[in-house]
Amino acid sequence: MTAPAGTQPDTAPRVAARARRGFLRSALTIAAKDLRAELRTKEALNASLAFSVVILLLFSFAFDPTVEETRALAGGLLWLVFAFAGALILNRSFARELPNDCLDALIAAPISASALYLGKALANWLLLMAVEAVSLAVFGVFYNAPWTRQWWPLAGVVALGTWALTVVGTLFSALTVNLRLRELMLPLLVYPVLIPALLAAIQLCGPLALGEPLASDMMVWVRLLVGFDLIFTVLALMLAETALVG
Amino acid sequence: MNALDLDDVWKFYGDFPALRQIGFQVPEGVCLALLGRNGAGKTTLLRIVSGLMRASRGAVRVLGADPRDGAARARIGVLGHGLALYDELSALENLTLFARLYGLNDARGAAGRWLERIGLAISATGLVREFSRGMRQRLALARAFLHEPDLLFLDEPFTALDDRAVATLQELLRQAVRDGRTVVLSTHQLREALELATHVALLVRGRLAYFGPRTAEMLEDPSWLYRRYGEAA
Repeated sequence: MTAPAGTQPDTAPRVAARARRGFLRSALTIAAKDLRAELRTKEALNASLAFSVVILLLFSFAFDPTVEETRALAGGLLWLVFAFAGALILNRSFARELPNDCLDALIAAPISASALYLGKALANWLLLMAVEAVSLAVFGVFYNAPWTRQWWPLAGVVALGTWALTVVGTLFSALTVNLRLRELMLPLLVYPVLIPALLAAIQLCGPLALGEPLASDMMVWVRLLVGFDLIFTVLALMLAETALVG
Repeated sequence: MNALDLDDVWKFYGDFPALRQIGFQVPEGVCLALLGRNGAGKTTLLRIVSGLMRASRGAVRVLGADPRDGAARARIGVLGHGLALYDELSALENLTLFARLYGLNDARGAAGRWLERIGLAISATGLVREFSRGMRQRLALARAFLHEPDLLFLDEPFTALDDRAVATLQELLRQAVRDGRTVVLSTHQLREALELATHVALLVRGRLAYFGPRTAEMLEDPSWLYRRYGEAA
């Protein structure tokens, strides 16, 4: 039996060079694979969406907050929901690779661990952003919050905060993937690290969720959030190889 | 250049030494049967040379490079205990995914041609979770051989294969050996392994008890190696 025509790759060094150049392409391939798999099973997405909507609805019915109360609690409530909903998605990120030892095949492939990590982080971020979009719609309706007036700033803050949650959570998801108690360990490890980013996101989302512009003194929280994202993205990319291979 | 070069390799799980002072060289083009009882350290050794874990001590070179080197990994094919297939993706999507990760030019085309080669073209768009065990096994073989690797690491490749998958694997391995590729396979199926192997390594409780060419005695009596060099020796 001979090799099928066309499956012979170029010479090995060319293949390797292409693999090195293809960092972003590899990350996007992993992200697309994760999104496709999740959209077919909807394991994490359904759980995360159900959790977010139920918490927002229950809170609304239980406390029936006034506008002033909503102003005080909006940021905290939203990010509490986002953080816990995120844990459901992040837990599945590397756990999805365990059946059939798929993680071994990915680690053995000629892509860097950081590309693998980045791909998973991108997929998690997109899934979580989708959950948050639905949550914000529910929040707007049931809390009479006109957040669409500050649509772009709010989207920016949510995107930055979600990236902070994703970048830390995906790394710890890789670290805890082989633990029996990973569902418990992931939140325990992630939330303490996330405190600065969550504080910033809560502060910023408070006024934005009610359609109010950000005051100039709030920019310090934006800088904190951007700084957190940059530092932890670089750190996570550097630590991905250690987290996955040891 | 040796395909595989191990020097004083140790691996500890906690305080337990799973591998002790392993050292040997595998020239290119060799088919090495890695033998040993359960717990001898075969899988640990294969995971280390495949770049899936690091040795605690010692030097490992694969195709002249570190096992985690991207260029080396592009030339390695790995088939472990698991099939490494995504149940929620189709056969074509599974192979296309790995073809892309290995940097093949026409990833989808290569995947399609391999599906034909293993007799799964008709099920190309079927989800793997709907496949029988035999179909999944053949697909896993295609995944490991997809990028025409120069060096193959196969961990218990004959275990739980159906007849058709065994035939496919034997054909692929014979072709690989004929093409001058290096094959390292761990197995308990002594007869199948020794028929293919040009060299043999026997691990006993994490130590290398024998490394050398496969001899006529081994082929005539596959358990001879265990009697001569195993724990009972």
